Amino acid sequence: MDEKRLSVHGDLEMTVELMTAILFATIVAGTPLVLVALGELICEKSGMLNLGAEGLMSIGAVFAFMVAFTSGSTWLGVGAGIAAGMLLSLIFGFLTIQLMANQVATGLAVAIFGVGLAAFLGKSFESRVIEPIAPMVIPVLSEIPVLGKVLFQQQSLVYLTWIIFGLVVFFLTRTRAGLILRAVGESPKAAHATGIPVNRVRMLAVVFGGGMAGLGGGFLSLFYTPMWTEGMIAGKGWIALALVVFATWRPWRVLMGAYLFGGVLMTQLFVQSSGLPIQIPAQLLSALPYLATIVVLVIISRNAKMIRLNSPASLGQPFQKESS
Amino acid sequence: MLRLERRAQASGWMKIMSPALALVLTVLTGLVIFASLGKDPIQGFLTFFIAPLTSLFGLTELLLKATPLAICAIGLAIGFRANIWNIGAEGQFILGAIAATGVALFVPAIPGVSLFLMLVAGALGGIAWAAIPAWLRTRFNTSEILVSLMLVYVAELLVSWLVFGPWKDPMGFNFPQTKMFEAAALLPTLWEGYRLNLSLGFAVVLLTAGHVMLARTHLGFQMRVAGESPSAARYAGISAKAMVWIGLGVGGACAGIAGMSEVAGPMGQLTDKVGSGYGFAAIIVAFVGRLNPLGIGMAALLMALFYIGGEQAQQYLGLPGSISKTFQGLLLFYLLAADVLIHYRLRWMRNVSPSMETSR
Repeated sequence: MDEKRLSVHGDLEMTVELMTAILFATIVAGTPLVLVALGELICEKSGMLNLGAEGLMSIGAVFAFMVAFTSGSTWLGVGAGIAAGMLLSLIFGFLTIQLMANQVATGLAVAIFGVGLAAFLGKSFESRVIEPIAPMVIPVLSEIPVLGKVLFQQQSLVYLTWIIFGLVVFFLTRTRAGLILRAVGESPKAAHATGIPVNRVRMLAVVFGGGMAGLGGGFLSLFYTPMWTEGMIAGKGWIALALVVFATWRPWRVLMGAYLFGGVLMTQLFVQSSGLPIQIPAQLLSALPYLATIVVLVIISRNAKMIRLNSPASLGQPFQKESS
Repeated sequence: MLRLERRAQASGWMKIMSPALALVLTVLTGLVIFASLGKDPIQGFLTFFIAPLTSLFGLTELLLKATPLAICAIGLAIGFRANIWNIGAEGQFILGAIAATGVALFVPAIPGVSLFLMLVAGALGGIAWAAIPAWLRTRFNTSEILVSLMLVYVAELLVSWLVFGPWKDPMGFNFPQTKMFEAAALLPTLWEGYRLNLSLGFAVVLLTAGHVMLARTHLGFQMRVAGESPSAARYAGISAKAMVWIGLGVGGACAGIAGMSEVAGPMGQLTDKVGSGYGFAAIIVAFVGRLNPLGIGMAALLMALFYIGGEQAQQYLGLPGSISKTFQGLLLFYLLAADVLIHYRLRWMRNVSPSMETSR
């Protein structure tokens, strides 16, 4: 009798430990998605649809890794990742805003070019490793059972992500600049008529989105793996784009959605490595995040009215001053 | 300062010249890239862009590579015309390859019949994969861009499961590949000693069919209207749902046929590397070819040159093969930039006063 109770107790402890580990990893896996999707959210709020997140993340990841490896400084790498994402998105902005190129086609070009260039540049850095940075344990808070381990023994970039999230929410809902951004996305003509420099606002939003995607890529290559391999982004940029739709352009839902997906990403890894006696092909488990993306997209977009009400009205459309 | 001035009407000349301009800019950038990597730019240029064209073998290889690109791209172009953004051709290509392989492995080989069945299976495989985003788009209004793209990753995992699992060649030393197809399941080559095969004929037929459909049929006209002015299309009673189904269906069928011609052609078996990016490169081919069948034929040859040039650069210059993807992306960037000249002309203006600003 006693023995049995002991083993039940042991099982419980193990379960709690496993759950803690999964939740911890969920936050880690969700972080790059939060970063990229928040950047894309700001970008789309201005009316710019940048489909190039996958390329921006790849280029951010490879530059972050190359600079960190060469200089020995992870934070210099983080900066390089952000800068690389910004630069590539600047090209997107120039083509779509100044030259009025089709946003969908240009976004695809960013995705294809970014993935290709990253593979090209990173070739000689593959199979190199960098010293992973120690997590930042927050005193007192990290002592809380379960939650302390899950939330407060993370990488510093995870906390930074929360700070950025808070700033984005504050910016969108509480500042004049946020109002201007939303006005530009809803009606560029009306915004222009009130003297707002529409194209400059849009360019800033695009570059912010690029920087965030670069940062998300850098998180993957510097903190998550930490190394660079071709194809390591594996569709996370596209998933982030889907998250913005899923969240109906609301930051809180972006945050929740990103961690939900982090959970899907991690759970399938845990199941794969747990050696549970179930016969599921590894590939099916690996396909789960992509299938889940499709499912949530279907659930959210079947309500066409909700999408119409929440998406920035001018999304994907170029703005020409003279066409007024 | 340099300013853009709107043309009274779109320049047909620039529409043709802008891909050429984009190519020149890409090559010039290529020279800079070679030089910055410490390679002789002239040597790099010759190795990448010229060497593949100087032998009969090189030329047949060029046609061989251009074939799946052209087949994929013509299918995509028909959808793009109607603003159906199928960007998952890569996945449909893989499904076509899988379906054709299924026939090759499990249906008794009969000369002539086997290949025909594989062709049909390939097309159906591609259609089946494209039908998912088409159905979700028409039924639930789900973005076909994201769904077709997600299915690329699923297709890659599906082929990986097959060749690592149930379809793995038991005699294949554990490599992730099926056994080699029997002769009846292989596309006949056109000349002894060269790999170029019958699929070139598929490409010619499909490009011609695409031209007829787009230029000569009512359906092609409807698709163009749907793409250029959705409201006019609605007014004219053109079914948006039908356009989605046709756009994605044709794209899927073509990509599937391209996948079939890859496994029944140069590969001769199914491996986990069957995709190799053709479906994505075909998007660039469709744009560079101006969504026009003749243009697509030429753009496919150009893109094939980038692929083979990349292999050459890898072999003789020691550069990563992914340089070809970089060039492909650059070409699309330059094309999108050069396209501004279709609707605008560059004007040098000294004093810009608001009254002088361009107007429609």
